[in-house]
Amino acid sequence: MRITQGTFSFLPDLTDAEIRAQVDYALSKGWALSVEYTDDPHPRNVYWEMWGLPMFTVKDGAAVVFEVNACRKAYPNHYIKVNAFDNTRGVESMCLSFIVSRPKDEPGFGLERQEAAGRMVRYTTRAYSAAKPAGSRYE
Amino acid sequence: MNAPGAPTVDLQAILRETNVQEVLQELDRELVGLAPVKKRIEDIAAFLVVSKARSQLGLEAATPSLHMSFTGNPGTGKTTVALKMAQILHRLGYVRKGHVVSVTRDDLVGQYIGHTAPKTKDVLKKAMGGVLFIDEAYYLYRPENERDYGQEAIEILLQVMENNRDDLVVILAGYKDRMDTFFKSNPGMSSRIAHHIDFPDYGETELMQIAEKMLAAQHYRFGEGARAAFEQYLARRMQQPHFANARSVRNALERARLRAASRLFAERNRALTETDLTTLAPEDILASRVFQTAT
Repeated sequence: MRITQGTFSFLPDLTDAEIRAQVDYALSKGWALSVEYTDDPHPRNVYWEMWGLPMFTVKDGAAVVFEVNACRKAYPNHYIKVNAFDNTRGVESMCLSFIVSRPKDEPGFGLERQEAAGRMVRYTTRAYSAAKPAGSRYE
Repeated sequence: MNAPGAPTVDLQAILRETNVQEVLQELDRELVGLAPVKKRIEDIAAFLVVSKARSQLGLEAATPSLHMSFTGNPGTGKTTVALKMAQILHRLGYVRKGHVVSVTRDDLVGQYIGHTAPKTKDVLKKAMGGVLFIDEAYYLYRPENERDYGQEAIEILLQVMENNRDDLVVILAGYKDRMDTFFKSNPGMSSRIAHHIDFPDYGETELMQIAEKMLAAQHYRFGEGARAAFEQYLARRMQQPHFANARSVRNALERARLRAASRLFAERNRALTETDLTTLAPEDILASRVFQTAT
């Protein structure tokens, strides 16, 4: 099951040229880009691991693509996303975030039903891959 | 010569569109002397224009290697030329942004194991799309200490210079003899640098021209006799150690302005004219330390 999180996630995977174009757009807006990765892509997991610090001083998209490629090399089978952060006073929030790399095989999520008091049912989603320990989820 | 209908390319059009000529003229106007350097820069610019024309006809795919080394004594204009070079490269489209990131050893080399690589990469990322100017580059390599982290920085630099050739241009600068030893001990670095440019020292007349340009830019001028005094000053200063060409001239003028200001301050009861405020008197220059030690 293909995970759809962040911008462009309902489109086919972005090519490197398209990633570069998005990065250049973000830089033209003066946003700081950062690269993050995870092997626990639960929709509620907003804390992905940081691949280096956000790049506040970078002027050209090549540097961001360089970091994305370095992260892909280190974690070929993880989810990797690029974030663009607007540090304008009063905004100070993420303006763009999109997945740039994903594992070859995405098992998806299962729905778990928990029977609670009375006939109430609680639902929760659970990634099939999350059953394995961190680091060996997408081998 | 050409077969009819063969595609042609207009060098004039490239020159017009990119305004390279303008930067070259600016370089010629603003920098005194340095004839061999200007010639080399013009050669490189011509080469780049022709490469661009070739690529328009689909003749050349790989970008030419543009990394350079500027060698010469302090104050001979290496940084200034690097800034101009960045403009030329930017106008011709060989670097995308055209900014210059100027660094020294401290910015590249870390203080403990594992600190150097991220530091160097950070600087390289900052410089991408522009020019990375490494001043006193020979400090990166310290043969007397085999555990020095400089070697690590050099290796990362080499890798990026090779793999990200389209993304940034590296300019190394430093004293001639020490850069020569640096290149000798790092053959990989030497072979990746296409253009070695040597900056000659300035002659006395050139230094005088520089001094007058600097003064004019700050709305000062030499008063009566001050020009001759400054010529004497230069003649003596050039004999002394640590003479740093244009930089020494700038510092000398800076101190002369300081003395001129306190001279005016001493006679503050007098109404000052514009001439008073813009003129350097000979005594402002003759009060220099250089004259005292020589007598």
